[in-house]
Amino acid sequence: MFKHIIRRLFSTTFLLLAVSFFTFWLMHATPGNFFDSMRLNPQISKETVDRYEKLYHLKDPLMVQYTHWVINILHGEWGYSLYYNVPVTHVLGSRLFNTFILSFASLLLTWGIAIPLGIWAALRHNQWVDRTLSLFSFAAFSTPGFFLAVLVLYAASRWGGLPLGGMHSPNYDDMGLIERIGDTVLHLVIPATVLSLSSMASLQRIMRGNMLGVLRQQYILAARAKGLPEGVVIYRHALRNAFNPLVTLLGYEFAALLSGAALIEIVCSWPGLGSLLLTAVRSKDVFLVMSSTLLASVLLIIGNWLADILLTLVDPRIRYGKEN
Amino acid sequence: MEKKIKPRGRISLAFASLRRNRFSMLCLWALSVLYGLAICADFVCPYGYQDEDRDFSYCPPTAIEFLDHGKLVRPFIYGRTLTFDAVHRRVYVNDYRQKYSLHFLTGGRLFGVDPPSRFYIWGADARGRDLFSRIWYGARISLSIGLLGVIISFVLGLLIGGIAGYYGGWVDNILMRLCEMFMMVPGFYLMLALRAAVPENFNSVQVYVSVVVILALIGWASLARIIRGMALSLRERDFVLVAKTLGVPDIIIIIKHILPQTISFSCATLMLTVSSYILAEAGLSMVGLGIQDPVPSWGNLLSDAMEIVPVIFAPWILLPGLFIFIAVMCFNVIGDALRDAFDPMFREGI
Repeated sequence: MFKHIIRRLFSTTFLLLAVSFFTFWLMHATPGNFFDSMRLNPQISKETVDRYEKLYHLKDPLMVQYTHWVINILHGEWGYSLYYNVPVTHVLGSRLFNTFILSFASLLLTWGIAIPLGIWAALRHNQWVDRTLSLFSFAAFSTPGFFLAVLVLYAASRWGGLPLGGMHSPNYDDMGLIERIGDTVLHLVIPATVLSLSSMASLQRIMRGNMLGVLRQQYILAARAKGLPEGVVIYRHALRNAFNPLVTLLGYEFAALLSGAALIEIVCSWPGLGSLLLTAVRSKDVFLVMSSTLLASVLLIIGNWLADILLTLVDPRIRYGKEN
Repeated sequence: MEKKIKPRGRISLAFASLRRNRFSMLCLWALSVLYGLAICADFVCPYGYQDEDRDFSYCPPTAIEFLDHGKLVRPFIYGRTLTFDAVHRRVYVNDYRQKYSLHFLTGGRLFGVDPPSRFYIWGADARGRDLFSRIWYGARISLSIGLLGVIISFVLGLLIGGIAGYYGGWVDNILMRLCEMFMMVPGFYLMLALRAAVPENFNSVQVYVSVVVILALIGWASLARIIRGMALSLRERDFVLVAKTLGVPDIIIIIKHILPQTISFSCATLMLTVSSYILAEAGLSMVGLGIQDPVPSWGNLLSDAMEIVPVIFAPWILLPGLFIFIAVMCFNVIGDALRDAFDPMFREGI
């Protein structure tokens, strides 16, 4: 197990380096940088712009710039956001937290609803419940999340009840703690629901498929033949086995959530990592782009690791490091 | 007399089973209609995609009239005049003195009305361009971009996966690390980062090509990984050994003997990937990083709808989203049906 962790850490570090270099190279492949718009401004002298470019090493060769960046990251120095004019960590910290809230809420919503629905559909296989759920999940799976978000916002603007985008009400600063939490939750409803809908649909289908597969196994027949009550057969014997493969999905689910969340964040103007990256890309804010891509990749890796660890916990047959 | 039985391959069996699935046939027809209309956009649409008239900004869908003073006449529309209501919102009022009859098949277009009036079946956008026309011109881009992207990423994914699985060892190791690199960045973030490398001053063709390449680059890795797993087990099979003994070059073995074995999986995945690419293009264009404005795509048609105020006063600008939904759903249904058709284990309706 220990050897496995070391090997994994090593390959992850290597991959992170590769990803960051790739992003860095992409940012530099285009002509122009953040200060080009300043150059056009007659009120800013050429010397000032040149000084800034020198300060951020923007005119150095690619490898030199990249080395600077890596060394600084290793010192915990994430760079300075040119667009927001504050250290990158300032912006990233709060944005990361917001994205995390959104992803966590929709993950809870997805798993809390999809798993029971999947079991229900499998137990009513080919009856109307199952068919309706199938149809519904197919439609939900194919609905573009960003479009659904627009539709829901439109509905909310028509009939009211829920805040339209953003994360806080204007009077957030005057609220007590409980009210603040309530306010955020209220703002979460639309983005979290929209975000979880399509993953809910696919998870429900997978859960149903697994459950149906397990229910056909011999040991279920044996359990029934032994005279165990149906509830015990389903919830103790079938469910645990049907659930195991889903745990690996959790990691990927997290990745998909991050991606999906980016668009929904932009549409619902939720101040998260995705909308931050969009602004950063548009304004060519190199360090911000680098940091948010890096952070998103790290999140994804953590998600996959968690999934692997969870899997060893649920399924005692899997032991890493003792392959073959 | 002995009846000759024609042997049927897996593909023809799968398509036979697909044909029995009524819903997926319906989707196949729907897709053909969408593609057909996109191809014939020049004929079907009353206006070009750039044809604007700012006097008709956000003009609502035009009603076609059949009755004039209680008598059935050739279909016509009333002229509209722009007025403002108490809070200075634009309101278009029918002007019953002006009548413009619809012509069919004039000027190379299926239908249209004489200027100065304009005929908007599905309303107009902010610059008075016909949404109906823009949707079908946009379909050309949205529907083709997914297909092209998929073709590229499939060629990449199949080849790289096949090579990695066939050779194994360090080749496999390097190629798989490369895959992981692409899979490690969340899709949308990767798309944005890739887009950052595309210069702003590209013309529409260059933007189109770069979006195709971006799409292709996000999707190939996961496919390559799965194909590699299949190739890893396929290379141990006897027919590969035979081919090797006969001196067939490695690349031919991979392309002609190993990759065709993975066809059932790739066919189904192909369909599902097209739908995800259509969504990706729409998302990218909607936030303003994909296809740029005068050229329409289903994604950038929706970018107006990202703000709530235009949607409240002109809800018809949401229509392109419906078409994205239909196209994506059709590809998903067909992909799903194909997967079931190829996989005998799932025949019983799991």
